[in-house]
Amino acid sequence: MLEAAGLQCVRGERTLFSGLNLTLRGGELLRIAGENGSGKTSLLRILCGLLAPAEGSVRWQGQDIRRVREAFWSELVYVGHANAIKEDLTAAENLAIACALQGQQTGAGRLRAALERLGVAASEREPTRALSQGQRRRVALARLALSSQAPLWILDEPFTALDTGAVAIVRELIAEHVARGAAVAYTTHVELEIAAAVALRIDLGSR
Amino acid sequence: MSEMLETLHWIVYRDLLLALRRRSDLLTILLFFVIVVSLFPLGVGPDPAMLRAIAPGVIWVAALLASMLALSRIFALDHADGTLEQMLLAATPLGAIVAAKVLAHWLVTGLPLVLLAPVLALQFDLPQQFLGDLVLSLLLGTPALSFIGAIGAALTLGLRGGGALLALLVLPLYIPVLVVGAGALDAAAAGLGAGAHLLLLGAFLVVAGAFAPWVAAVALRIAHE
Repeated sequence: MLEAAGLQCVRGERTLFSGLNLTLRGGELLRIAGENGSGKTSLLRILCGLLAPAEGSVRWQGQDIRRVREAFWSELVYVGHANAIKEDLTAAENLAIACALQGQQTGAGRLRAALERLGVAASEREPTRALSQGQRRRVALARLALSSQAPLWILDEPFTALDTGAVAIVRELIAEHVARGAAVAYTTHVELEIAAAVALRIDLGSR
Repeated sequence: MSEMLETLHWIVYRDLLLALRRRSDLLTILLFFVIVVSLFPLGVGPDPAMLRAIAPGVIWVAALLASMLALSRIFALDHADGTLEQMLLAATPLGAIVAAKVLAHWLVTGLPLVLLAPVLALQFDLPQQFLGDLVLSLLLGTPALSFIGAIGAALTLGLRGGGALLALLVLPLYIPVLVVGAGALDAAAAGLGAGAHLLLLGAFLVVAGAFAPWVAAVALRIAHE
């Protein structure tokens, strides 16, 4: 269970949000909405432990994430704005390394299956330099297909650059994961329904 | 533990693979080293006694500058494409990841300099019996430079004009390694043996290898806030 209490985020001179509380349990889906610049990405980065909040704390299974660090991160899958894809490596190599950082060794068969699920298996052996933005996003998101055991996914604008087919696949992946009893927090500008027993929403409003 | 070693193995493998696919970047560093070393005999004249005297210092300074040239590459590319963010959230401690990245960085930018140094030393008429000490001093000194440099690279990550700042930060920290490294050959030439200097270089390497990755890791976390 992920809990945040009294979060305040200050960027430069501006307070993006303050006094923010949230609780995200297994099997719940949290969408963070808000205009550009309202602090959605900052909130996700705070929830991951990449950014320290000006005030407040984030707890994972009752413990401050700044204390448990690697133990928390080994249970977290974060897909950020940037794809974290190396142009000189192939899709399969990129995916294998992303999984290795997570402490997870993945065989070639599973890598291929994940890339197939996201529809980029055809370019498995090509350097990702040759892929379009949307295809690179698919390669980055293929990690989700290999991370069914991670109890928490945090996704920053996962649908950016994706075509409708890929959006449907990612929606399905998220819905399956929530149905498995895991928690997912995400931001998006696209208004779409994702099937979940408990769908929460936080609106950070305007700037 | 074995999971962590597996992750570190992947990081070293990945950085070596990337370096292999971007060979031209590494050749630039090697050529820089060769050219800087070769400029000195042209500049100071062909007097063999003078060349022999300046050889250790010149080779060491050139190796130091060449390794500094490559420093910003340790983290900058990973920072730009978001991979570093994933490393900050990895299940493996960041200090260990930084150490693996520095090791890979040294293998592709430092080790070639060490291997090339005896060939370049011929231009300076350096007696053959000192070539072993030269290689050994560089073999112990250049990884220490990479570890120390990683702190500077992490501190200047994402800063405008970070390259110049990196040089200002790191060069003073390189001085002890340079003095002892170049001094090793002088001591050998004076008949004292290079042993003491090499041991000191080894000590620098151990201390830098043990502490620098953790300091760089803290700097990387700050750079991402």
